[in-house]
Amino acid sequence: MKWEVVIGLEVHVQLNTVSKIFSGASTAFGAEPNTQASLVELALPGVLPVLNKAVVDKAIRLGLALDATINQKNVFARKNYFYPDLPKGYQISQMELPIVEHGKLNILVGDEEKTVRVTRAHMEEDAGKSLHEDFHGMTGIDLNRAGTPLLEVVSEPDMRSAEEAVAYAKALHTLVTWLGICDGNMQEGSFRVDANVSVRPFGQAEFGTRREVKNLNSFRFLEQAIKYEAQWQIETIEDGGKVQQATVLFDPDSGETRMMRSKEDAHDYRYFPDPDLLPVRISDEQIARVRGEMPELPAQMKARFVDAFGVTPYDAAVLTGSRALAGYFEAMATASAQGKLAANWLIGDVAARLNREGKDIAELPIDAERLSGLLVRIADGTLSNKLAKQVFDAMWDSGLSADVIIERDGLKQVSDVGAIEKMVEEVLAANPKAVEEFRAGKEKALNALAGQVMKASKGKANPAQVQEILKQKLA
Amino acid sequence: MIHATLKQLSQQLADKQVSAVELATEYLQRIDALNPQLNAFITVDRDKTLLEAAAADARRAAGTAGLLTGAPIAHKDIFCQQGWKTSCGSKMLDNFISPYDAHVIEQCRAAGLVTLGRANMDEFAMGSSNENSYYGAVKNPWDLNAIPGGSSGGSAAAVAARLAPVATATDTGGSIRQPASHCGVTGIKPTYGVVSRFGMVAYASSLDQGGVMAQTAEDCALMLNVIAGFDERDSTSLERAREDYSRDLAQPLAGLRVGLPREYFAEGLAADVGRIIDNAVSELKKLGAEVVEVSLPNTQLSIPAYYVIAPAEASANLSRFDGVRYGHRASEYKDLVDMYEKTRAEGFGSEVKRRIMVGTYVLSHGYYDAYYIKAQKIRRLIADDFKAAFAGCDVILGPVAPTAAFNLGEKSGDPVQMYLSDIYTLSVNLAGLPAMSVPAGFADNGRPVGLQIIGNYFGEAKMLNVAHQFQQVTDWHRKAPAL
Amino acid sequence: MSLSHQDVARIARLSRIAVTDAEIDAVNRQLNSILGLIEQMQAVNTDGIEPMAHPQDVSLRLREDVVTEPNRREACQAVAPQVEKGLFLVPKVIE
Repeated sequence: MKWEVVIGLEVHVQLNTVSKIFSGASTAFGAEPNTQASLVELALPGVLPVLNKAVVDKAIRLGLALDATINQKNVFARKNYFYPDLPKGYQISQMELPIVEHGKLNILVGDEEKTVRVTRAHMEEDAGKSLHEDFHGMTGIDLNRAGTPLLEVVSEPDMRSAEEAVAYAKALHTLVTWLGICDGNMQEGSFRVDANVSVRPFGQAEFGTRREVKNLNSFRFLEQAIKYEAQWQIETIEDGGKVQQATVLFDPDSGETRMMRSKEDAHDYRYFPDPDLLPVRISDEQIARVRGEMPELPAQMKARFVDAFGVTPYDAAVLTGSRALAGYFEAMATASAQGKLAANWLIGDVAARLNREGKDIAELPIDAERLSGLLVRIADGTLSNKLAKQVFDAMWDSGLSADVIIERDGLKQVSDVGAIEKMVEEVLAANPKAVEEFRAGKEKALNALAGQVMKASKGKANPAQVQEILKQKLA
Repeated sequence: MIHATLKQLSQQLADKQVSAVELATEYLQRIDALNPQLNAFITVDRDKTLLEAAAADARRAAGTAGLLTGAPIAHKDIFCQQGWKTSCGSKMLDNFISPYDAHVIEQCRAAGLVTLGRANMDEFAMGSSNENSYYGAVKNPWDLNAIPGGSSGGSAAAVAARLAPVATATDTGGSIRQPASHCGVTGIKPTYGVVSRFGMVAYASSLDQGGVMAQTAEDCALMLNVIAGFDERDSTSLERAREDYSRDLAQPLAGLRVGLPREYFAEGLAADVGRIIDNAVSELKKLGAEVVEVSLPNTQLSIPAYYVIAPAEASANLSRFDGVRYGHRASEYKDLVDMYEKTRAEGFGSEVKRRIMVGTYVLSHGYYDAYYIKAQKIRRLIADDFKAAFAGCDVILGPVAPTAAFNLGEKSGDPVQMYLSDIYTLSVNLAGLPAMSVPAGFADNGRPVGLQIIGNYFGEAKMLNVAHQFQQVTDWHRKAPAL
Repeated sequence: MSLSHQDVARIARLSRIAVTDAEIDAVNRQLNSILGLIEQMQAVNTDGIEPMAHPQDVSLRLREDVVTEPNRREACQAVAPQVEKGLFLVPKVIE
């Protein structure tokens, strides 16, 4: 039987506010245990939550970016369960009336574009951390993370492969960092993905029973976990078993998923509106203000790059992979008036060197305007591609401009017809065998001869001119 | 001096007839003498009290005193007070020394009021008799066999027995008015949102409201001036301009329209209590008030609605008591769940456990709409009843409880019987209205009976005006038990 | 609506309150009598009525995103049952 995998993702996006969602405690990462747990996070008797305005603004940002409905009245609810890292015994979340609903996010899988529907995004508080190192057989509880604001972004079960799920997660990751609402640091847990996975025979309309895979803190684990889980479900069914709804944990070491023991209890969260918090009402003005503060979105920028700079849709998608890269590209393309060349360079040589040095686009030592100087010299024929690479490396290492390096190293491309003709004649004279082969119809011989001319010019001869003159002389 | 009102004490302090230390000492002596039989206080700490009193005297000397600086006060053990055990009447918090002050406490400290001690109460404010305290029942100073009412029974008994001139209290379903009525003192529960809930251990968040008890309405007004006011740490605290709650005390009552809800005088009201309320209404008529009959048709439904909403909110509010960060933790357990279950089974008393379980049940899967949403709809019906009634009157009058204080132990075995006695007080909390209890006479068994005055939203000054004028022509509030 | 012992056990478990075999009869009886009281609500038609969650129909006030809370770990952990290296200790949590 052929099986179809059905995936929906729940992503916990930690918002990059300076203070917690319901108190003025700091959200800074990595502090000494419980030094950022205020009375509110400790859930002392009598303390009360007060909502952080920045959380609402950031949620609206995401809602607008997902082309979603912003619920101008939304309500916080208590989700009740006992867990030592949940000090109140309930999590303040949103249930019936979340702030964001009915959004969508486009993803690119291979060359195919697909729209994934976003069911909802709601505001909630993060829990603390349980540390399982051995404290005489006990667990240590650190509540510094408790109360850190989260947006839980829930997708429809619209994805049909691990690749699609990864593409969606990456697109959402790009979006939230692009919008400046999340630092995107997956190691520190700023962007956490849970996957609801089920399988069904191809063509069947109903969904299969799903299992929720938790603890996926990298895109690689997300892919591995979904593949493992889908295969496990298929094998279970093919072996005559049934998939039971469950919460499972992905173990990166074994690459397997396993049932969570602590979640064996049937859940009954007893949601109800939090009486300590009144309904959140969002005015048209607040939405307009947030809209006004938003950067241009990746999708819009992508379309504009194709339009204004003539780059391919694929390149535009790569260039809008982060706001820093897109910004760099735009500055470079505008200054050089060489959109396609700028795209090729950024995606090719620049990316390669950044990669080699383990650096991010923000750490590129050459600014966009200076690098555009290199493109100008390629475009006007001063530099061959090969020389340009040499100049680029020199620019990176020295910090000097392209023109200064060209001048200093005498790297100017030779386009003087007389000089090139002279070199061509010398090469032809020195390589009679190759000349003969070419005349006998072996096209490849021409390239060998051109290579010799380039070599003789120390790479400075204009390659197009060399080809042209060679053909003339051999005709 | 012990029978002096807050107003009188503040005058004596201002006139240097008495110092804060002398006052505190006198009250502490009386507490020492009488608290063993009344059990009105959970914690008394002479050193702390005298330190506060000395600081108040220093303020008086330095000329930085306020109106009430140096006057003593008892605080219900529900308000977190830094350095004081804040037990909320529970074993769960028997070892909890609060690291912070409630907003109400901050305001009292700022005013220079001197803490005499922490008043006993029903555990987590759940109860109408004060028999649910881990620290034992409070006795009614008028009759040691009678309950003082609850949950603010310690506050009421303390003021009635003149162990304190004023006391803070809270009211979720009648917890200020009913003990005030049963102990013959004046108590006020303001409009929901007027007094900050920050630092008030939560029972039912959408119903809880802090208030005060004193001998007179005038003292209540002075105290409300201290504890009311906006607090940004409570999201339900209302941003309103500060008011002087004593501003209308002297207004004549001529033309005042007094509404009498017929449902409050129907079957179930004891004849003696009914007579006392009738007499009180007659007094107000003599003062020029005009009586109109009003209807609050959903009164009976306030009981089931309240006993869904309050336990539901409580079931979540009390989840934080889990033995992890503070409070009681069971000494023996086999794993985490066992630790939770034993800690909570040991730490909570039976009424608290009952309400948590009722709340858990009504919120649980499949019952939420039938119980919780239904109760919230009834809550709106009840609020709408008041809206309609206040279209035709300025204040609503009625009894606080169907009978005078019952005997200790009389209803403690039957929670539902206990709940039914809350019939005249619950609606006010569901609607979020302000209300008072004012001493109005004595029942056939000699126990005090209070008159309930219900105001419209933010009608505190009007209610206090009515109560004060009533107290100008009656002396029920001046009567004190012989102890 | 009448609860069985099994229902009571489930509610007690959800509430994280141990109810012993000796107690369960009495607890069951009391809960049933309270639920009987609550049942009175069902006699009223509340169709079309909007549930009322708060006494005041006001909107939530929001605070500015600023850090205002100092570290008060020492004071707060002074009342904790069991603490080590700044962590609250609990019986082993198994995930």
